[in-house]
Amino acid sequence: MPFQPKSSRAQPAHTALAETELNRYVVYSGKGFGVRYGDRIYSVVILLASLSILAIIVWISAQLFAASQESIHRFGFKFITGSVWDESRDIFGILPFIFGTLYSSFVALIIAVPISVGAAVFLSELAPPFIRTPLTFLVELLAAIPSVVYGLWGIFVMLPWIMSHFVAHIENSRIPHLRIIGALFAGASAGPSMLAASLILAIMVIPYITAVSRDILKAIPRAQREGSLALGSTQWETISKVVVPYAKSGIIGGVILGLGRALGETMAVALLIGNSSPATQSGISWSLFDPGYTMTSALANGFGQAQAGLVTSAYIEIGLVLFLVTIFVNAVARLLVRVTARSIQG
Amino acid sequence: MFTSMVRKGIVAGASAVVGFSMIWAGSAKAETINGTGGTFPAPIYQKWFQQYGQESGVQFNYQALGSGAGIKAITNHTVDFGASDAPLTDPQMHAAPGIMHIPTVAGAVVISYRIPGINAGIHLTGDVIADIYLGKITKWNDPRITSLSPGTHFPALAITPFHRADGSGTTNIFTTYLSQLSGDWKNQVGHGTAVRWLRGLGGKGNAGVAELLKQSDGGIGYIELAYAVQNAIPYAAIRNSHGKYIFPSVESTVIAAEGSTMPPDFRKVITNTASPAGYPITGFTFILVYKNAKPEVKKFLDWALTKGQSEVSTLYYAPLPPNIKKRALAAVSEIR
Repeated sequence: MPFQPKSSRAQPAHTALAETELNRYVVYSGKGFGVRYGDRIYSVVILLASLSILAIIVWISAQLFAASQESIHRFGFKFITGSVWDESRDIFGILPFIFGTLYSSFVALIIAVPISVGAAVFLSELAPPFIRTPLTFLVELLAAIPSVVYGLWGIFVMLPWIMSHFVAHIENSRIPHLRIIGALFAGASAGPSMLAASLILAIMVIPYITAVSRDILKAIPRAQREGSLALGSTQWETISKVVVPYAKSGIIGGVILGLGRALGETMAVALLIGNSSPATQSGISWSLFDPGYTMTSALANGFGQAQAGLVTSAYIEIGLVLFLVTIFVNAVARLLVRVTARSIQG
Repeated sequence: MFTSMVRKGIVAGASAVVGFSMIWAGSAKAETINGTGGTFPAPIYQKWFQQYGQESGVQFNYQALGSGAGIKAITNHTVDFGASDAPLTDPQMHAAPGIMHIPTVAGAVVISYRIPGINAGIHLTGDVIADIYLGKITKWNDPRITSLSPGTHFPALAITPFHRADGSGTTNIFTTYLSQLSGDWKNQVGHGTAVRWLRGLGGKGNAGVAELLKQSDGGIGYIELAYAVQNAIPYAAIRNSHGKYIFPSVESTVIAAEGSTMPPDFRKVITNTASPAGYPITGFTFILVYKNAKPEVKKFLDWALTKGQSEVSTLYYAPLPPNIKKRALAAVSEIR
């Protein structure tokens, strides 16, 4: 007769019978078994969980690699170094997309990091509690806004504002004629541009970096601050020479998280970057006023309509390159964390 | 004892499944037709789906993702119909054996612009538009532009050409027209749903380009007539093959459509019309179906080509000319 623990529990009349049967079947939940095998089973489960992450990464890259074979064979390295993407002529080069992804993300970080670290220091060290709690909540709220909302806000509110309050002033000033900085603001902006995309990315990653940095700063032992103050440091000296250096590797970790989001961001960037390579020979322009194109926005615009065959294969190769670029950038950033962590200890 | 309970459980479970499936069957009675395709005909299709849905109880789910997406979806059989303003190319026809083009309406692609102080109706020609998009004409006060519209004072404003970033039948109509008018365009860019743009910025969908145009002084872009009218963006009169400047309207689109000849499979973009009063940048838009499409799709197409035609001009499309309508209905009757 098959044993049915569930149905027996539903019927109180059979409880006694069920319990005797239960002891026979659930014997391995006893103490002796836990001591003997519990740790081993636990470690195997944990190992499987971590291996599954590795397996997913390997599986994704193998899939991307397999599906982009046609394009890889046809173009080789020219796919990465070429500047022309022409679907009507089957020429595919993605240098402008790679450049756009990296450039917009790094400009965003240059804007976002000082603001985020400043905000985190304020929230953890200086703000009185009645400001700290609502501000911390708001920062976390910002991180939860979907990116398409940022994009729409960017195109309807931010873009007209920066065009009339920022771009117009720079275009009429001497800045474009300066030596090195001038190259960043060369030409006329038509609205959607690398600048607009970088700004929206900065706004999007600020809450991430701020939240992580604040948590790191909060975790610094009180004794560190008290020791510094006891030695006669001012509050500024304590923050700049003790607290922030102590938290440096953690803050860089937060920056990496922000970088990850910036590299992968799609919708907001597609709405604001202009979706076209700059009109230069190489398809690359350092001017923030020029339009650009990123790997993610190229995928968002083109993949949905790509017909089977070489075009689809080329789009999948964009995904593969994006995957590799992200891994590479993250690896470099991790290395940076390790180096800085060592310098603190040493 | 337990087995009897298990049996009861199975019976209960089975009856629950039957019950659920009955409920499910009840809700599935309202048939849903899925379609994907161009943003160019989306306004009229949405209206048709609503009206026809009320009459017949058939529900429609139309995703305006662009003509390229429509072609891809119907090729992969993931939708009941595709919609495209660009006829399939020969390789695309090869990938989707048995596919049929059913023209539904004709529309005009207008050249919209935003120049402070200048209203609708400046004059442009195909080769000037091509040279703007090729980067040979970069200012609005270029003599080649000003000489076409005597009496209009153009500012020394930089021109920003906008295009579609996604695969688009509107792009196909526009680039087909420019390829007919400009040898440089034909050689350097060509035509298609997605081409390599040498200048300017890309927006997503007809609505995306319209939004960019509204914001950018000095912008020029190509959008479907309905989007230009709805967004109150001025647009240009274009010189046709008879040397006349024609303002895009339902009337001039109808004339262009009536003056066109169509091959038996309807795969033709009818730009650069030979009619003296026709607007030159026009095209039919197509619904793409297979011969074994659902009967509801066939019924809808019959309705759209007859009753549906009466209202299309309120949304700035041109109804099908009688001869093409007759042939389109004959094609629909071939469905199963």
